[in-house]
Amino acid sequence: MTETERQHDLSVTETVDASAASAGAVAALPPDNPLHAGETRSQWRDIWRQFRSHRGAMVALVLFLATILFVVVGPYVWTIDPTYVDIRARNQGFSAAHPLGTDQLGRDMLARLMAGGRVSIAVGLTAMIIAITLGSLIGVVSGYFRRLDAPLMRLTELFLALPLLPLLLLMVTLFREPLSQSFGPAMGTFILIVSAIGATSWMQAARIVRGDVLGLKEREFILAAKSIGTPAHRMILRHVLPNVLSPIMVAATLGIATAIITESALSFLGLGFPPDFPTWGRLLYDAVDQMIMYPSRVILPGLFISLTVLCVNYIGDGLRDAMDPRIRGR
Amino acid sequence: MLTYTIRRLLLAIPTLLFISLVIFLLLEASPGDPLGDVPLTVPPEVKERMREALGLGSPWYVRYVLWLKQFFWVEPLYWFDHVFGTQFSAGMQRIISFQSRSPVFDVIAQRVPQTLTVVGFSYLLGVLIALPIGIISAYKQYSWFDQLGTFVSMIGFSMPTFFTGVVLIIIFGVKLQWFPSVYDTTLEVRDWNSFWAQVRQMVMPVTVLALYNAAQISRFMRASMLDNLGQDYVRTARAKGLSERTVVLKHVLRNSLIPVITVIALGLPAVFGGAIITEQVFKVNGLGQLLITAIHGNDIPMVLTLTFIFAILIVLFTLIADILYGVLDPRIRYD
Repeated sequence: MTETERQHDLSVTETVDASAASAGAVAALPPDNPLHAGETRSQWRDIWRQFRSHRGAMVALVLFLATILFVVVGPYVWTIDPTYVDIRARNQGFSAAHPLGTDQLGRDMLARLMAGGRVSIAVGLTAMIIAITLGSLIGVVSGYFRRLDAPLMRLTELFLALPLLPLLLLMVTLFREPLSQSFGPAMGTFILIVSAIGATSWMQAARIVRGDVLGLKEREFILAAKSIGTPAHRMILRHVLPNVLSPIMVAATLGIATAIITESALSFLGLGFPPDFPTWGRLLYDAVDQMIMYPSRVILPGLFISLTVLCVNYIGDGLRDAMDPRIRGR
Repeated sequence: MLTYTIRRLLLAIPTLLFISLVIFLLLEASPGDPLGDVPLTVPPEVKERMREALGLGSPWYVRYVLWLKQFFWVEPLYWFDHVFGTQFSAGMQRIISFQSRSPVFDVIAQRVPQTLTVVGFSYLLGVLIALPIGIISAYKQYSWFDQLGTFVSMIGFSMPTFFTGVVLIIIFGVKLQWFPSVYDTTLEVRDWNSFWAQVRQMVMPVTVLALYNAAQISRFMRASMLDNLGQDYVRTARAKGLSERTVVLKHVLRNSLIPVITVIALGLPAVFGGAIITEQVFKVNGLGQLLITAIHGNDIPMVLTLTFIFAILIVLFTLIADILYGVLDPRIRYD
């Protein structure tokens, strides 16, 4: 397909997308160019095609998937227990038995990095899901129901005015003990950190979604749906939410990055997970005391954090470019 | 504009009251006991008296209102007396830290200079680096400079400051021994030698924070410049034969700075609070470090006051950013 044809296709898809409310209707339309009749086009396929042309984002996606594979499948391949203490093999360098060395208690670093990554990425994903759900809920509700708009936006502004890092530190210190007692040290901390991060990072998403919903409400298809008597809940689920999905997805991607950084920052300040429960931030924190002797133990978890966050940021960038129809196809 | 400012200031009062209440209740709900470190041999009735002495005996709302009074009435009066030599606050109880038993504000006043020199300077440096980078990347969009700038700023805000800080310490503090890895706050600048020592110990923390801030601000600068470069007035300016230098540095830059300045103003409160981690890495005993030790020591008045000061700064600078936006951009009308 030549560049002009592709441009034509893209612009046709856009007009079709803009006029049809759901992506399903697009596929049902007859193709305007019989030569490409066999190729199905949908909004998501279009976005994917656009996303693929963003080189940085593609590299980042591959690296991110590799990291996820490393932490999820890795422990099945490299079966050393990350908490197994082998005091005779402590502080070892890179070797065949321990490819990334061992720590001050002789625990295998590779296994610890895998286990730590699992927790870090799980925290990032869960906190992001909480923040995005909360944010889109508040955003959609305040954009759609005019009566709730003012109070909900005041609430958002209140939350934006909170000093977040000090509050997070406070919440984690204050409630770690009771939650650890009722859910076990690991699970309790996980719940606490995830909900604390989620509860303090939904505001941006809520604002973006609200703005988009306000704009959508003026569009004709909403008026049409309203005029045939669509009830509010179906209106939101069928017509509003799918159309604000792209900003939500971008916010979600970037949310993973902030959540991972926040978790490791908390761990770094010694307020994260318990010591025998590795996360990347915790590994870094534990290694800082011996960074003069064993710099690799600091650098490895730090590299993993940075690389993951960098990848996620690039993916978010690529997604934003692919989903914004104004810059799509440029 | 004035009515808008007054209205916003009035609105800030309930916001701040609410925030202080949230922080207070959060601390109140905590299971931590400020007397947790008192030895077990101390008899319970003595412990009860100590509790009374700390002011923990009365119900929470009494303590909350008392704290409000101390924060908004006693402390300002005290500083007023201090400056003008009057005696208004004589006999009034100031906010006292549980840990050091000295007034909270005196401790904070000791710590502010450290935070301001290191973190404030790095913010300034970050802005100064970020603006030209943003301008050049936007002007030469998709050039190698722009690509590099994008990549570096992506790395800049993907690398957490506790990692960049530690890496810098390993490279320049341990391996090369160029800079000291621990910030010495007892150092007084008296002559060239001590000034040089001060500069050397500031290099690494300032670099770490400046890199982080510059990464974000340069992205905003670039986006804002790109927005403006495509405007019609730019074409007009070029069409009437203005030099490229005038077009970019006078017309476009001035207009693009409007949103960037508000972003810079919004980021300023983070200078005080957000640098907690960097202060911890380089052992700078500034406000962030004070907060962390206070949290660990269950020092409720200190934590409450510090967090509330951060909140005031955020509300204040948001307000300043909004007003600046209206002042700089005559198209924005608030009234």
